[in-house]
Amino acid sequence: MKNILLWGAIAFVVAFCLAPVMWQILTSFKFNQDIAAVPTVYFPTRITLNHYIELFNRRPFWNYILNSAFVSIVSTALSLALGAPAAYTLARLRPRGSRLILAGILMVTLFPGILLFFGLLEIIQRLHLGNNYLALIIPYTAINLPLTILVLRSFFEQLPKDLEDAARVDGYNTLQMLLQILLPMTIPALVTTGILTFIFAWNEFIFALTFMTREDMKTIPVAAAQLGGASVFEIPYGSIAAATIVGTLPLVLLVLFFQRKIIQGLTAGAVKG
Amino acid sequence: MGEKKNYLIFPSPPTPYSLLPTPHSPLKIMAKLELKNINKTYNPKIIPVKDVSLTVDDHEFLTLLGPSGCGKSTTLRMIAGLEEPTHGRILLGNEDITFKRPGDRNMAMVFQSYALYPHMTVSENLASGLKLKKTPRIEIQQRITEVSQLLGLDDLLYRKPGQLSGGQRQRVAVGRALVRRAQVYLLDEPLSNLDALLRERVRADIKQIFAAQKVPVVYVTHDQTEAMTLSTKVAVLNNGYIQQLDPPEHIYNHPANLFVAGFVGSPQMNLLTLTCQEHDAILGNFRVKLPDLPTVPPQIVLGIRPEHVHIAQPDDPQTIQGRVYLVENLGMYNLVSVHVARSGSEPLSVRALLSPDQNWSDGEITLALPPQNIHWYDINSGDTLYSHSHS
Repeated sequence: MKNILLWGAIAFVVAFCLAPVMWQILTSFKFNQDIAAVPTVYFPTRITLNHYIELFNRRPFWNYILNSAFVSIVSTALSLALGAPAAYTLARLRPRGSRLILAGILMVTLFPGILLFFGLLEIIQRLHLGNNYLALIIPYTAINLPLTILVLRSFFEQLPKDLEDAARVDGYNTLQMLLQILLPMTIPALVTTGILTFIFAWNEFIFALTFMTREDMKTIPVAAAQLGGASVFEIPYGSIAAATIVGTLPLVLLVLFFQRKIIQGLTAGAVKG
Repeated sequence: MGEKKNYLIFPSPPTPYSLLPTPHSPLKIMAKLELKNINKTYNPKIIPVKDVSLTVDDHEFLTLLGPSGCGKSTTLRMIAGLEEPTHGRILLGNEDITFKRPGDRNMAMVFQSYALYPHMTVSENLASGLKLKKTPRIEIQQRITEVSQLLGLDDLLYRKPGQLSGGQRQRVAVGRALVRRAQVYLLDEPLSNLDALLRERVRADIKQIFAAQKVPVVYVTHDQTEAMTLSTKVAVLNNGYIQQLDPPEHIYNHPANLFVAGFVGSPQMNLLTLTCQEHDAILGNFRVKLPDLPTVPPQIVLGIRPEHVHIAQPDDPQTIQGRVYLVENLGMYNLVSVHVARSGSEPLSVRALLSPDQNWSDGEITLALPPQNIHWYDINSGDTLYSHSHS
């Protein structure tokens, strides 16, 4: 009885969360007639790959994917490369005023990103960065840095101090210690924060819409939103659904691939258990 | 828990450790470790180490003993180079190493938490320090084999620390220090994370292993049993100062001051603050003869270990009577607490370790305080005023 209730509850939650996704997936495989049919066809009896094929044939969709991937990967790498040393400094070396710095970082995370929009637009016009990958990479990195620093800092603080002392007694210098002892143990935290940054950069819309106007510079969310039909009055639901799926798939694969690393507690066994 | 079983036993080596060939090449320069007026000041209010001077020779096993916060760990960390002293100098051989980087000191350290690198196998953990020093591969392999045989790590070499029991991790930590063939070994409470049974076993092993190294060993602990059993020399620390620096027997028999008297020895020494009259100290309704002192102070502290107090025989010179109010059975002995008869104010309490076959009638007991076992301390400074020279 208990089991039935439990599974019922799980099924409900899953259905509740995944129904919109399911709807998109089903739509992307439906024929146009079925999409527009009244009464609504929930589960199509015939399926087609046409929407996907159109996506890549009639539009430079590979191009969008590459744009998105490039921008996301570079911003993720940058925010980790800048954030990790900053976090380590705040956690271990504790410079003067580190509390103030932390408070400042926290303030930045509370600041709604959209308020930065006009300021950024101005800057990008001044620097002539429009239609340049940097116009997206810089803000994405900057917006994600505070979170990266906060998460990594608390992770570094949990790492046993003795390990670093042991490494120093063993003869590691600071750089060797960071790369050979701390980094391997930090991988779970790096992956977690990296994925958050990557997802943000991959999905970001407003900046990408405004700062990238050339067709060949667009990222997936913008491209998907701007899909048009044959006439102004036609909304190509099928193509939009297919674009959404194609746009989400890399994220899902990424998370599944790194899931183990995220969960794995590598520190187990470092100190007494 | 099959694991549990084998971690109760620190596997007995085929040969006693002391008979094994010492891993040092005969050419290696033995060195004396010297601390000169070491002080560590974090800020005017936090001064963990105020003024510590000591020397540790080859073959010597020095224990820094003291309660938590006495500065013993900070002292050890300064020897290792993990902290820089505010004042004072540290010498190894005749070389000043006060500001040398820890990696350049050729010292090896065993940490309380073991601090094994979790992402490396046991074998990689052992090799890490040697690889950094660019030791030839073959030699690294040789030394690892040697140490893993000594410590019984053969079967564990390709496991990661997470897959080891507490006792096994502790051995790997010791092994990681030993492969280094360091000039000085530093151990920071290496036994405190083991359970009581295993601790005794490992204690004995550690004594033999490090005695065979024939180099200075500095060991930090708050456990007096470890200090007494392991060391050739004990430094009792309190408040950032060395209270006494002597061989363990001497610390036990002739505590230099009240702190050492109260800290070393279990059960704790009886310490009674008494008023003096003429050449006697007034203990309840009894008088205890004072030793020859230049001047008789108004008050004095009498110290006597519970194991030296015994039931009075007719020929005992110094006896007191009291009422037994608590008997604690320690197995080998009974720890008997006695209220000494005293007219007026609250009774004084004296504890005695008596063997279980000794009896007394009706809760009334007459105890002897052998004069040669009594220590006298100044009530203000805590310094010893008189101690019998024979032990």
